[in-house]
Amino acid sequence: MLEKAMKEHDYQESALLEILHKAQGIYGYLDRDLLMDIFQSLNLPPSHVFGVATFYSFFNLEKPGEHIVTGCLGTACYVKGVEEIMQAIEREFNLKRGETTADGKLSLFVTRCIGACAMAPSIIIDGEVIGKATKEVVIERIRLSLGGAKVETR
Amino acid sequence: MKLADLQMIAEHEVDFQRACKHRINVCCSSGCVHFGAFKVLKAFEDAIKEFGVEKECKVAKTGCVGTCSVGPAVVIEPGDYLYQSVTPEKVREIVRDHIVLGLPMKEMLYRNEAFFKKQRRLVLRNAGKIDPSRIQDYIAMGGYSALVKCLATMTSQGVIYEVVSSGLRGRGGAGFPTGQKWSLVARAHGFPKYIVANLDEGDPGVFANRALAEADPHAILEGMLIAAYAIGAEKGYIYIRAEYPLAIQTLQKAIAQARSMSLLGESVLETSFKFNVELRFGAGAFVAGEETAILASIEGRRAMPRPRPPYPANSGLWGKPTLIQNVETLANIPLIVLNGGAWFSKIGTPKCTGTKCFSLTGKTNNPGLIEVPMGITLREVVFAIGGGVQDGRKFKAVLVGGPSGGCLPETLLEQPIDYDSLTNVGAIMGSGGIVVLDDQSCMVDTAKFFTEFCVDESCGKCTPCRAGLARIKEIFERITQGNGKLEDITTLEKSGVYIKEASLCGLGQTAPNPVITTLRYFRDEYIQHIVEKTCRAGKCFKKEGEV
Repeated sequence: MLEKAMKEHDYQESALLEILHKAQGIYGYLDRDLLMDIFQSLNLPPSHVFGVATFYSFFNLEKPGEHIVTGCLGTACYVKGVEEIMQAIEREFNLKRGETTADGKLSLFVTRCIGACAMAPSIIIDGEVIGKATKEVVIERIRLSLGGAKVETR
Repeated sequence: MKLADLQMIAEHEVDFQRACKHRINVCCSSGCVHFGAFKVLKAFEDAIKEFGVEKECKVAKTGCVGTCSVGPAVVIEPGDYLYQSVTPEKVREIVRDHIVLGLPMKEMLYRNEAFFKKQRRLVLRNAGKIDPSRIQDYIAMGGYSALVKCLATMTSQGVIYEVVSSGLRGRGGAGFPTGQKWSLVARAHGFPKYIVANLDEGDPGVFANRALAEADPHAILEGMLIAAYAIGAEKGYIYIRAEYPLAIQTLQKAIAQARSMSLLGESVLETSFKFNVELRFGAGAFVAGEETAILASIEGRRAMPRPRPPYPANSGLWGKPTLIQNVETLANIPLIVLNGGAWFSKIGTPKCTGTKCFSLTGKTNNPGLIEVPMGITLREVVFAIGGGVQDGRKFKAVLVGGPSGGCLPETLLEQPIDYDSLTNVGAIMGSGGIVVLDDQSCMVDTAKFFTEFCVDESCGKCTPCRAGLARIKEIFERITQGNGKLEDITTLEKSGVYIKEASLCGLGQTAPNPVITTLRYFRDEYIQHIVEKTCRAGKCFKKEGEV
């Protein structure tokens, strides 16, 4: 699939970001071997490809956990106290932001604004945005996700 | 498709819409979708069938209405009845009472008229009114008629003349006169020429561009087409944040539709004018909004700015003349072409014409997407439109211009919103974020938060920004942990000025603004932190793990 994307872009250097996006879409993250494939196919120096992949925060270089929790650290969310929720998650599940638990179940990330500012603070749990979040609700939801229970959403 | 066909589509669509007695517009922009708008949409479709009124009702999926805090929002026409916080359970009642019995449900209507009263919607003219996934909706509202007017009756110089006389300035934040930029690119030597529409809205707390793309993607495309015609470009890129999936989908669909109707392509409306648009995705780098950084990113490199000159107008994408405009600027263009530059120049203030979209957030009673004429005061925005401070708390400051904007106190609320007035008091227009802070916010902590953001987002190319901001951050850590010294205030002030003066790009040149403005207007809080080691908002001096 990735090969096809590279071909579509005619192996152009300028398509590097599109190809990295595509690769992350397919594999979930960009590991070393994948990046090696890409720089060889595009005939670019490895430093260039690694440089780009590490520069942009959207690209994950490590395998994320089974469940992903992302806190929005945009201004509106910060003003409305997202920091307290983040600290509560860190304490509750014993991991720091940017980390994945040792069992590979849960990753905690931060993002700079998802643009849902009117519902601040927002926490994203496995792709679903929890607006006007409180630490109690968020922790409960993460527990449910980890427990494998299907979460009913609005 | 030919010019005449466009008119036919418009007439047909208007007839079709007239035949419907009611139109139910369900806001399906990101904000309302998070609140469950798609389920509400489905519920309306089911309910009109259940009551057998599907022939006289049209349910439409629209973009942002603006009242983002009470989503999902639904507008029922005629009469513009705005229902707030609609749930799928309530939909049946709304259809029964409002549509079938003709009795609007008063208790569910949005009553805050002040929110809309002081606004003027030009850029967001179609937001919440049309279905962004249907090009016919846009055409019915007069869409693409500005393009037709250009192709049929205007020369490229004529278009540029109108834009110059409109007084429009770039909405990305710097406020460079748009018409002047167009003339520069039009006169520049080199071929092909490119257009880049900047939708890399990286400012945390800002979502106005996203809302525009989700609500009215064709307005952006039409603006790009007109700009391309004026400057002689054949290829355009829309650079959009990858974090905006719904806006990406909407734009992709809009581009495909425009292409299929030959509004984009090798022969636009069967004339000799050709123009193509491609999307390019950002990847979470705030600095990529800077005009030379965005070019680097589109070329597949790290988004690092370079010194100017040469300016992108002469040497942009792959060294060719390139016009870079924010999408909000572009969405103004069709109106300017249709109504004339002179008409536009009467809106707003003489030096700063038109309107500006803002995302109003923070501790405000009415967070949402607003569009106001330039020259409106901050007080009107915060208190009239925003409805004052949430929970009846005390107003402390308003943050204008995102993470590199300024924190302004109550005494400056009479300031008009325009590029020059905001710069004079230490803030910037930025890409349009207004965040209201109450007495629970600590200004030292707020300045620290923005500094941390800018440290993270600094690309690291020039020393003042890379090293200077890091030092400022260290000083903030000291102060908020109780180890500050009074000399720190002078150091902060001096470093702020150095970083502003010596940095390469707009990020470094504006990053110290929150520090400088909080020092200027809230100095006593710094002194209190350093001397008394207390924080009146209760944010600082916490031990690890303490909340």
